Amino acid sequence: MAIVQQIVFLATLGIAGYLIRKRVLRIRGNILLGKDASITDRKDQRLKNMLLVAFGQKKMFKRWIPATLHFFIYAGFLIINLEVLEFIIDGLAGTHRIFAPVLGGAYNFLMNGFEFLAVAVLAACVIFLIRRNVLKLPRFHSAEMTRWPRMDANLILCIEIALMFAILFMNASDQLLQSRGHEHYTPTGPLFFSSFFMPVLQSLSTTGLEVVERFCWWFHIVGILGFSVYITYSKHLHIFLAFPNTYYATLEAKGHINNMPVVTAEVKSMLGLAPAPAAPAMPGRFGAKDINDLSWNNLMAAYSCTECGRCTSECPANLTGKRLSPRKIMMDVRDRMEDVGKSIEKGGPGLNDGKTLLGDYITKEEINACTSCNACVEACPVLINPLEIILELRRFQAMEESSSPQQWNSMFQNIETSFAPWKFPASDRFNWAK
Amino acid sequence: MNVTTMAEWAAKGETPEVLFWVGCAGSFDDRAKRVTLAFVKILNATGIKFAVLGTEETCTGDPARRAGNEFLFQMQAMNNIQVLNGYGVKKIVTACPHCFNTLKNEYPELGGNYEVIHHATFLQQLINDGKVKLAGGGSFKGRKITYHDSCYLGRANNIYEAPREVLQALDADLVEMKRCRTTGLCCGAGGAQMFKEPEPGKKDINIARTEEALATGANTIAVACPFCMTMMSDGVKNKEKEADVKVKDIAELIAEAEGL
Repeated sequence: MAIVQQIVFLATLGIAGYLIRKRVLRIRGNILLGKDASITDRKDQRLKNMLLVAFGQKKMFKRWIPATLHFFIYAGFLIINLEVLEFIIDGLAGTHRIFAPVLGGAYNFLMNGFEFLAVAVLAACVIFLIRRNVLKLPRFHSAEMTRWPRMDANLILCIEIALMFAILFMNASDQLLQSRGHEHYTPTGPLFFSSFFMPVLQSLSTTGLEVVERFCWWFHIVGILGFSVYITYSKHLHIFLAFPNTYYATLEAKGHINNMPVVTAEVKSMLGLAPAPAAPAMPGRFGAKDINDLSWNNLMAAYSCTECGRCTSECPANLTGKRLSPRKIMMDVRDRMEDVGKSIEKGGPGLNDGKTLLGDYITKEEINACTSCNACVEACPVLINPLEIILELRRFQAMEESSSPQQWNSMFQNIETSFAPWKFPASDRFNWAK
Repeated sequence: MNVTTMAEWAAKGETPEVLFWVGCAGSFDDRAKRVTLAFVKILNATGIKFAVLGTEETCTGDPARRAGNEFLFQMQAMNNIQVLNGYGVKKIVTACPHCFNTLKNEYPELGGNYEVIHHATFLQQLINDGKVKLAGGGSFKGRKITYHDSCYLGRANNIYEAPREVLQALDADLVEMKRCRTTGLCCGAGGAQMFKEPEPGKKDINIARTEEALATGANTIAVACPFCMTMMSDGVKNKEKEADVKVKDIAELIAEAEGL
């Protein structure tokens, strides 16, 4: 019997590993559709940012209630997963709680700690479900939060709740089995939180308890493996990508906009400051029309977004009823990547499917509503920068299509002819002093 | 008005301490011109040797860049950098956060390296150094002032306290709006919105922000940006409050307190 369990476990692990690997490679491929950008500078500062913002959740704590609840889930995720190591060893070796005799008293301490976190995660998830579905916080219900994004969020919370219940019931049945002197169940010492569930199981026979214990054990580990596969399709990927995303986030002042060296070369030659570039290297496109015109870190940011909507809830355009929503920009970039990726996987046309990010996913009305105020950038707990993407799309609009709003075209013309965005004669510039 | 251009200083073979970058709004917009004059009065009163570029100044290119026209931005930037470097400019002060941001953060990559200071920081330093003495005193006592953060000063460049310290020097009653500092609401003019009608929506952003400012009960809305000045003034007019509530640049308030 035990060997059957071991074989089934190995097979489950193998299938999960295969599926995760496949998705990770797909996501990596999607991200690498983006333009090359070498980000190798100031490693110390980047590491510091990652430790403070991703690991330390610094920006989350601007709103301390959700931050504290989120912290429990985060800590729970990090720490309870240490237990998964034991699950895997036990599963493969056919042992039971292999660390218990080795760690002795420390094992009991650890298990009680895990149980505390499990209860904290449970409570936090319940509160989060209430915030989403009963209190209906506006940022979880704005336009781009259609059926799937809302369901995605609820599914994640429900799965986490189920996983935590599995741990608690597993420990409760395990303790009862220990108390009945079942030799397979190594003593763990008393476990505080799960002991509250013991009365529910008390009346079960020893075999019944074994079934519950085994069911919960399998449910938890298969649940975690299944959840890991699910995450790769979900907004929940932020649990991994927040780390690289904060590491690669820009270190410039928020007001700084990335330079376009191709343009610099051309402008310099036009002004006679430099010889014309020998063979004007094909600049590709000015700005971005599709995801492959954005840099890879912009694309990775879209996979790092967990759709919390803090950006949109601070966006002045969105607050006053404009179509622009910074969260939607990130969701659209991701949707586009997924669509292209799926097409490539099937041997389809990929990027050449007749659709583009600007036009089919994001409209000009959206990008033209941005005031570049950086409220979204400031709000993002994982340093995503929707503004960078909006600006690249505007660059395409202005330089490739010359289709900027009419009043902007007039402003461009004024700068060209009278060196000011308004139509005043340049010679009047100093009249204020008269 | 005693204003010397860079060309005039150069002709005398002298170098001023600082270049005052006036900006397009400060040069052409009637309301912003009054801020320019107020700032010049303060500079003159302190005896600081400063210059302006006069007709040699041109748009930094900020609105072009933010509207996506990188060519036009770089043309402007390159031309301005040639002029600035030609005069050997080392230090620039400006009353426009958009010019400030562009000169400070975006010109270095194109060969323009200067110490760039916004007038909020500059005024704060003058007050701290005792070069601006607020003799009038008392005229601001008890006057309720709320400060509207400019995005390009605040979030873009992390300057939140300098303008507030300037206002505190007035001994006024500084009240904050609900959204302030890092969460300050934009006036609606950034990102080249100043130069076009807003996209369709329920409300104009400047109206939303003006409502927040009026809710503080302040009778002065202090700004540190010519675009914010336009947007907030329009907002106050729209709410028919222009008789009770004034929108003033921090330089104007200091000039007023100095009796200039």
